[in-house]
Amino acid sequence: MMGNVTLLEFLSFGQPVEGHRPYPRFQLDKRAWQALVERLLAADWVLMAEWGEPDEVHLALRDEETGDVAVASHPCPEHRFFAVGHARPGAIRLERAIHDLWGLVPMGLEDRRPWLDHGRWPYRHPLARHRAARAEAPYHYAFLAAEGEGLHQIPVGPVHAGVIEPGHFRFHAQGEAVVRLEERLGYVHKGIEGLLRGTPMDQAARIVGRVSGDSTVAYALAFARAAEAATGCEVPPRAHWLRALMAEMERIANHVFDIGAICNDAAFTIMLSHMGVLREKILRANHAMFGHRLLMDVVVPGGVTRDLSDAGAEALRHMLYGFRKAFERAFTLYENTPSLSDRTLGTGIAHSSLVNRFGAGGFVGRASLRSHDARLAPGYPPYGKLGLTVPTFSEGDVNARVMVRFAEVRESLRMIAEILSDMPEGAPRTPLPQVAGEGLSMVESFRGEVLVWLRLAENGTVLACHPHDPSWFQWPLLEAAIEGNIVADFPICNKSFNCSYSGHDL
Amino acid sequence: MNAAVWQLVQVFLVVAISPLITGWVRFVKSRLNGRAGASPFQPYRDTYRLLQKEAVVAHSASWVFRAAPYVTFTAVWLAAAIIPTFTTDMVLAPAADLIALVALLGVARFWTALAGMDVGTSFGGLGASREMMIASLAEPAMLMVTFSLSLISGTTAPAQIIAFILGGGVGIEVSMGLALAALVMVAIAENGRIPIDNPATHLELTMVHEAMVLEYSGRHLALMEGAGMVRLTLYMALIGAIFVPWGVAAPGGSVVEAMIGLAAFLAKSFVLATALGVFETMIAKMRVFRYADFLGGALLLGLLATIFLYVSEAV
Repeated sequence: MMGNVTLLEFLSFGQPVEGHRPYPRFQLDKRAWQALVERLLAADWVLMAEWGEPDEVHLALRDEETGDVAVASHPCPEHRFFAVGHARPGAIRLERAIHDLWGLVPMGLEDRRPWLDHGRWPYRHPLARHRAARAEAPYHYAFLAAEGEGLHQIPVGPVHAGVIEPGHFRFHAQGEAVVRLEERLGYVHKGIEGLLRGTPMDQAARIVGRVSGDSTVAYALAFARAAEAATGCEVPPRAHWLRALMAEMERIANHVFDIGAICNDAAFTIMLSHMGVLREKILRANHAMFGHRLLMDVVVPGGVTRDLSDAGAEALRHMLYGFRKAFERAFTLYENTPSLSDRTLGTGIAHSSLVNRFGAGGFVGRASLRSHDARLAPGYPPYGKLGLTVPTFSEGDVNARVMVRFAEVRESLRMIAEILSDMPEGAPRTPLPQVAGEGLSMVESFRGEVLVWLRLAENGTVLACHPHDPSWFQWPLLEAAIEGNIVADFPICNKSFNCSYSGHDL
Repeated sequence: MNAAVWQLVQVFLVVAISPLITGWVRFVKSRLNGRAGASPFQPYRDTYRLLQKEAVVAHSASWVFRAAPYVTFTAVWLAAAIIPTFTTDMVLAPAADLIALVALLGVARFWTALAGMDVGTSFGGLGASREMMIASLAEPAMLMVTFSLSLISGTTAPAQIIAFILGGGVGIEVSMGLALAALVMVAIAENGRIPIDNPATHLELTMVHEAMVLEYSGRHLALMEGAGMVRLTLYMALIGAIFVPWGVAAPGGSVVEAMIGLAAFLAKSFVLATALGVFETMIAKMRVFRYADFLGGALLLGLLATIFLYVSEAV
């Protein structure tokens, strides 16, 4: 019976690819790929990422029932493939980007407008085997229309008044009510994947660590874990614990600042001041422990570059004591300010059904009952020993997303205390074996699941690498969440999503 | 003779100290937020800087855009000049009238909104439409306050209201309290303070007053910001003069009395500015659709102030 076919059973009809670790990869021919796309309409396999190569398209999937992860690859020398977009709406923008970058045509995709290519690159399809010349015709991007009595457009960005990343938002509004919001991203495209091709591993690790600066630990960790998987490297246990410590520090720093920034968008600046102080405490502790405030380049393939001294651990423990008290005071302030609750409750609701359709993770997912967390499923050490619980809320509004952050910070603080007391002794780093291979890894950043796929040559050179940001599946939900809200509430909704522009635009 | 001198002092005083009052509110807020804060005198430097700079005008702008800063500033300035801040002994005192005040502020608002729409950017239109929504709710409330004050004192001229109150004509009156509350709410809305508008925001989509003046630069911006600062001073002076009139010198008083009045005015303004800073720190901005509730509340308070007058008379 078809209903019971698991992801791995289904993909086993394809050709398994040697040397892809730790999850299998299968090559599917045209017919099998088409069957997979059709199967996706019925199966609840989660789309994790989709990316291209000059003659191939890859799809990372997870079977929610069994927890299996696999990559389906479809070689398409004629540069056309059946689009996944109509089975998984989250793939639409990914496939538009695949077309822009690799020149692979997603067949059957309704929305064929370019996504990352704004007509300003010297040539089209920069990652394709043969780059195409830019068309002479002037570039035109058609926004989706909304017509009716009294409707007007409000273009916002790409340059904003605050110090934030660039992105364009096109509102169709009737008075104050938003009828439709459409995003236009790609302004911070940096050519990451082009940069990564053929670079030595240490340099590639630095690049991936800078895909989205606020989650540098998560990206570096995802890259390191993918490289370790590809080479079959066993990382010493202490490195796992140190990495978890850094990842949780990063999560806390980002979450507290987000909470402050959300309140600041409701003109409640005092919260931003409190949270700014808390974030600074974390950053200073980071600097004292690992020599970098944002922990850039500390997590590397094979382990971590700096070990935690006893003095550093003691200083962190001391800092955390005061931190927890101040944090709870800020929580009380948030809870006891009715004018603030009036802004956050019921604003920008992301419906649970949509969140599941797009497979959105992080606080966006958890605020709408979707509890997926890469630290637990498929999971990586040492979280199995830390007894991580993932908070979920059902309201899906701005307040719920704030509450997820508060709950996650508490959980991270608890885990850090455990990490400090239970950390095993030993070396923090081991040399990476010189083996060719392919690796895939998922790491939970503060935003959600970061995925890195890479292919290594025997000498450690990165042949191809694809970092996937959780924002890909969260940006579209913002469009849906703002519908029916008022224009003036967009900033607070946007801040509560806090999607990455840089990680998304690559 | 004295009346002319005091009037001149008043005309320049309101403009001269308004940047300091605005700067003081910002300073208080910075300190409450744990920041060192810019000096309260910073708005003077900002104004000076803006006056030095070139005024850039959009291609699509008409003469309305160019004229609006001057009209707005003049109207607000004139409105501020007729409020007896430290003495009622002024040349313009007989002409001064609360209804005229409302009208002058209406002129300023009308021109700012026109200028916001003139350049044709979406934010200018957005700000103008919100400003007009606020105005349509705040003006009736302001007029209700005026009516209840005039019913108490038998006049709409601030100088005579002050004289009436100082003369012991009013005891502790519920209506005065209600009118005060209504006027404070109107003042918050008219000056674009939290919770109605956030004067410090960078978020274009949430702006009201700032959205209308986004396209201004140089001396035009200096005038628009100056008008905003004078308006804040005006409302503080109005609240201070009518509801806490003690210290305001009467006609025929000595120079010393006027000086005491001046000191009292400054003290009242800084108390109010500090209170504003504290209040703004404690509260979040409200949603745009709650404006009607807030200002409807102000209108209701003004109405109640009037009704209570009749009720207390009947009793």
